[in-house]
Amino acid sequence: MKFQKKFGQTKPTVPTASLPDVIFQLILFFMVTTTIKVFDVKVRYILPEAAAIEKIENKRLISYIWVGRDGRIQIDDNIVQLDDITDIMYRKRQENPNVIVSLRIDKDSRMGIVMDIQQRLRKADALRINYSTLQKL
Amino acid sequence: MFKRRKKGGPEIPSASMADIAFELMIFFLVATTFDVDTGIGLVLPPAAETTEQVKVKQSDIAKLLVNAAGEVLLDGELITVPQIRETIKNKIKANPKLIVSIKTDRETSYSRYIEVLDELKLAYNDLREEYSLKTFGKEFKNLTKDQQEEVKKEIPIRISIAEPEEVK
Repeated sequence: MKFQKKFGQTKPTVPTASLPDVIFQLILFFMVTTTIKVFDVKVRYILPEAAAIEKIENKRLISYIWVGRDGRIQIDDNIVQLDDITDIMYRKRQENPNVIVSLRIDKDSRMGIVMDIQQRLRKADALRINYSTLQKL
Repeated sequence: MFKRRKKGGPEIPSASMADIAFELMIFFLVATTFDVDTGIGLVLPPAAETTEQVKVKQSDIAKLLVNAAGEVLLDGELITVPQIRETIKNKIKANPKLIVSIKTDRETSYSRYIEVLDELKLAYNDLREEYSLKTFGKEFKNLTKDQQEEVKKEIPIRISIAEPEEVK
């Protein structure tokens, strides 16, 4: 009696045609789940330029304060008054003790407003600051 | 009987399609940049009421005053902004404990203040560069993390923002 070989005659193949679809699904998943926080900046400002600048490594720590050329101050998405800064920053510091406050101040501002903001930051104990500047070429 | 022709034409190999998709994905991953915040970092002194005043010898302080007209006075002497870098460098070399205190007028323009601060940072960067070349024989950016920390500890940035006279 002759035994019939039941396997080994053809190589089993995994269908690979749908692999790209799997990868695309991955791409789509990441695209959908990524959220980018975008601020709606309501003040107009032009940053000053400096040569000895450094990058802030940790973006999560940064909290921004904008000061426009008309002297209006914006934190997060709201225009705030000078005297509100202490409370807002104090709350931010409680949420995140290592907060870095990045000051995006128009280059034509006077130092008076900068000092006022700094005094309030000191009161709120948010001491790590960064003067946001552009790279001077 | 007719021999039936085998069905199905030639096939395009689709196994490498996945690789192409991956390539696409990697391209977009690399090409995407988020705007990184750059600037001059500084640490403010704690609020005046909470800390006791620390006495510092007058000789350990370099006073930089920027007045409303944008003129810079270093210890009472008028200097130009590009001079600050060299002058401060020499002063720190002479006295490593030097603290640079910046004082501005309320009417001083912010861009002038940043210029002065930038010069100071450049002075400190130069000193760090010199130190790392002398000690490790390499440029600061080529040092290891630990070595960089050591250099930073050796040449700390001591910039102090003077207490403003009147606050709104």
